[in-house]
Amino acid sequence: MSTKNMLFSGFGGQGILFAGKFIAYKGLIEDQQVSWLPSYGPEMRGGTASCSVIVSDTPVGSPIVSNPDILVAMNLPSLDRFEDAVVPGGMIIADSTLIERKVARDDVRVFYIPATRLASDNKLGNLANMIIVGKLLKEIGEYSEQGLSAALDKVISAKHADMKDVNLAAIRLGAAYSE
Amino acid sequence: MADKILMKGNEAIAEAAIVAGCRHYFGYPITPQTEIAAYMAKKMPKIGGVFLQAESEIAAINMVYGVASAGKRVMTSSSSPGVSLKGEGLSYLAGSDLPSLIVNVQRGGPGLGGIQPSQSDYFQSTRGGGHGDYHMIVLAPASVQEMAELTVKGFELADTYRMTSMILADGTMGQMMEPVSLDIEVKPMIDKPWATTGTKMARKHNIVNSLSLVPEELEQLNFARYERYRTIEENETMFEEYLVEDADIVLAAFGIAARVSKNAVDEARKRGIKAGLIRPITLWPFPKAPFMAAAEHAKAFLSVELNMGQMIEDVQLATGCKAPVYLCNRAGGMIPDPKQVLQSIININGGEN
Repeated sequence: MSTKNMLFSGFGGQGILFAGKFIAYKGLIEDQQVSWLPSYGPEMRGGTASCSVIVSDTPVGSPIVSNPDILVAMNLPSLDRFEDAVVPGGMIIADSTLIERKVARDDVRVFYIPATRLASDNKLGNLANMIIVGKLLKEIGEYSEQGLSAALDKVISAKHADMKDVNLAAIRLGAAYSE
Repeated sequence: MADKILMKGNEAIAEAAIVAGCRHYFGYPITPQTEIAAYMAKKMPKIGGVFLQAESEIAAINMVYGVASAGKRVMTSSSSPGVSLKGEGLSYLAGSDLPSLIVNVQRGGPGLGGIQPSQSDYFQSTRGGGHGDYHMIVLAPASVQEMAELTVKGFELADTYRMTSMILADGTMGQMMEPVSLDIEVKPMIDKPWATTGTKMARKHNIVNSLSLVPEELEQLNFARYERYRTIEENETMFEEYLVEDADIVLAAFGIAARVSKNAVDEARKRGIKAGLIRPITLWPFPKAPFMAAAEHAKAFLSVELNMGQMIEDVQLATGCKAPVYLCNRAGGMIPDPKQVLQSIININGGEN
């Protein structure tokens, strides 16, 4: 039995919800059970945004992730808020462009990736979120070229179909990055 | 799985309503259910339906009354404070025996409250919602798939019994995305000979009204309505049981609380505590039978709710005081954590494990 409880967090506009949705759709395409639950409180209007994503090979119980196996933190307030909630042995992926401090925990795997800087250096607009998604897939051993395209087709609306290539590039960049 | 798509619970309700043949939606925006109105606004004009943002919740429910009188499937949706505003209309719908579908995606209260998930409108929903002797059929989905299926079911029950069905969800169910299949079987629409569709000079006028000034007659109308309610209680009660058969501690929870409780039951079982869960799917009629049966072997019941303890009263009534009924709850927009529920189970079990 394998269940991954993931929490994506950052500030509004970083594509937190989109990144989570991509991971959920990828799970769905791979015949996994999935759930996606956004924060919808007043804080998401200009403040922090987060979403719980569960991908499992058994039916999903509560869709609320309070203790993530994997935490994606795209800004400092998110790391401050959720660092201690990660389960021991879990994983934290932090955008080190925006988070200057290190993770204090020594019982979790930590990956720092300067996703925001990589996005601007590579003319990938505001796709730091998908760079992190690439890193995430790589580190959990679920990165494969095949799954990416189909999942992107699901999350990118027809109107924005021209964005698919840059999203793919961002994911590949993140997967290839090492500190 | 190939035919499944990810959808928010709110969107699933809206699409399922369209699948069920609803072509009239009236509403007024309020978090956390606005996606229903947004979806209808986009979709209805394309399929020859009506989407209308009313000037208020009160206007919207009275527009529902109008369309229901004409025999068409019609709905409105709102969240807690907005549903209170609809209370008068709900009572008039009941008094006129009109079928309709109402969605309440609950948020914390009372008053304007907050916008986070809650189940604090249980009393309001299961006891009618407005003034007078009446009930609504209250359906409590616990997944996005059920948001869709119970919407279709709600329309069918409403037509069959000429009354309002309510989908009682919460902010979590409305906002979360899960895989959903909208390939849902819809029964053929039943005839509505009572509807005000024009006499074509071929029949007597149909009159839809809730005014009845002769008490002897009004009493008979109430009797007849409750006769119908008894049929519903016998035939339409829905629930899900999870590991109840040998359970010492039986949890009662609906909607999101049931999802949380299921996690806690699994965790308790791992620790050797025989826990189980009864999840009412219809809150009215309340599924008394499984609780009565469980009371024969359970040592205790635990009602898990996102309110100060409302369904617990129905659990107590159904179990006839054969075993103590405890409460595990959060309120005001907070959601109990599976760990909190597990701790309650452990405490009831005597603090061991």
